[in-house]
Amino acid sequence: MMDENLIYTKPDSLREKKTHYCPGCGHGIVHKLIGEVMDELDIREKTIVIAPVGCSVLIYDYLNCDGIEAAHGRAPAVATGVKRVHPESIVISYQGDGDLLAIGTGETIHAANRGENITVIFINNAIYGMTGGQMAPTTMPDQITKTTPYGRDVDNTGYPIRACEMINTLVAPVYIERTSIHDVKNIRKTKKAIKKALTNQKEGKGYSFVEVLSTCPTNWGVNPVTAAKWVETAMVPYYPLGVFREEKEKV
Amino acid sequence: MSKTVLMKGNEALAESAIRAGCTHYFGYPITPQNEIPAYMAKEMPGRGGCFLQAESEVAAINMVFGASGSGARTMTSTSSPGMSLKQEGLSYLAGAELPCVVVNMMRGGPGLGGIAGSQADYFQATRGGGNGDYRSIVLAPGNVQELADLTVDAFELADKYRMVVTILGDGYLGQMSEPVILPEPEKKASVKPWAVSGAKGREPNKVMSLRLSPEDYLEKHNIHLQELYRKVESCETRAEQYMTDDAQYIIVSYGTSSRIARKAVKKLREEGVKVGLFRPITLWPYPMKELHELSKKVKKVLTVEMSAGQMLEDVNIAVNGAAEVDFLGKMGGAVPESGEIMKIIKSYG
Ligand code: SF4
Repeated sequence: MMDENLIYTKPDSLREKKTHYCPGCGHGIVHKLIGEVMDELDIREKTIVIAPVGCSVLIYDYLNCDGIEAAHGRAPAVATGVKRVHPESIVISYQGDGDLLAIGTGETIHAANRGENITVIFINNAIYGMTGGQMAPTTMPDQITKTTPYGRDVDNTGYPIRACEMINTLVAPVYIERTSIHDVKNIRKTKKAIKKALTNQKEGKGYSFVEVLSTCPTNWGVNPVTAAKWVETAMVPYYPLGVFREEKEKV
Repeated sequence: MSKTVLMKGNEALAESAIRAGCTHYFGYPITPQNEIPAYMAKEMPGRGGCFLQAESEVAAINMVFGASGSGARTMTSTSSPGMSLKQEGLSYLAGAELPCVVVNMMRGGPGLGGIAGSQADYFQATRGGGNGDYRSIVLAPGNVQELADLTVDAFELADKYRMVVTILGDGYLGQMSEPVILPEPEKKASVKPWAVSGAKGREPNKVMSLRLSPEDYLEKHNIHLQELYRKVESCETRAEQYMTDDAQYIIVSYGTSSRIARKAVKKLREEGVKVGLFRPITLWPYPMKELHELSKKVKKVLTVEMSAGQMLEDVNIAVNGAAEVDFLGKMGGAVPESGEIMKIIKSYG
């Protein structure tokens, strides 16, 4: 009989469920990282995930924890309500670019500004996924989408918004980092960032924001490999990776 | 024994909400209800509650969504233009069956309108301004005492049916000072096993309104909601009848305008005119049967409200041809005068 050596398992914090995400989509990777970190920090039974409107609306079907679904863009407000009732819980607001930076910009800024002790995980894939590939606030200049068929004209629609930099102008946030999932090295860094953000919350330190540059091969109209490459070559130069803030700004 | 105190409507409401176990208040400033957030900001921290001024009406109602989904007794308050902004949240609350109390101290519209009291949001309150087939319970207090008492009832009803309960007052009612005996409701813990709190030792809870499989799930959910609403209609309809026993004419009026209608009834009775007041206390569910039965016994029904004729539609549905229906409406913050009402009633004889 062969000796079996189990070297890889699914985290308890992920459910036994096949996701609806497209091949090569970044959501699945980030969900898995969150699940692993929840296991490692032993917070599954304390975690409440806020599901946004967008491709990840069903995140509560994949994470093995309590979930509450917000209206489009309202996740940080819903997270605020949840956290104010259960200050001991771990609240994750998981949001896409349209949700966080277009329809929900106000909620995003003000939850950050209040220094809510929550963790916001922001998936930036430069497009609206669920509605079929329209321009997002983070769509790159000249990028072709359903609503920018001739490429994003920045004179007409403005420039992509840099969320980390914007939030970094506020006093209250304790941790702001931008990562990417375009290769293994960066996936590992993303996990580290998520762990740091959730550890901050566990320790009651305050608002943490992790932006993850991610892929949407389906709506970008490319294969998963090309999509990962595009993150690296087109997105990373505009959205610099790294830590923007590691502790609360002193005033 | 409880003693009588003199209080503004808005403050009596706020105090009653805290007494009713409201632990989380989220709101955004708007006239004429600013005494409510001011009272909450002062009182809640010291009494174990949470007051938070939100960045917008939209954020406030979504904070309520989060707090309600987490099992708390929670509320927000606003006035007409703010209520428009909350409609999205109300629809989501209804979809997820989350209980909460929402106060609308109405002012004149449309648009920014004015800051004087009005009753022009009746359609919005009773028909629902958000998307989808949903209902909210709508309570219409007529004086400060009732405002205080109905606030306690609002929280009970919200939890009982897992519904949004709207307290529909207006700027006049919120601003007026009257003697009131503050309610002292029994403290009882409401059990909400469906709420999110962290899935410790149980299966995870999901609070959501997305129901993707149309053939059964969303339709089933809607059938369930409608069954719930039918139950509310049969159990929770309330109205007051004043001097209607032998009435030949009745005035139908609610909230602030019913105060003036009552005065007109009193004066007309002194002059020997047989007139009474029918005052709906729940605007949804509307006291259809009660009004229909009553209208069968009278010659004429005069609807008085501070709008262009919104409740009038429910009066017409309720009366359903049993009597002639007349209307007096005032708009944009104007109030009907008792003399005017008396003149109309007298013209019937
Ligand atoms: S549409 Fe894009 S973001 Fe949505 S699941 Fe597919 S790849 Fe992922």
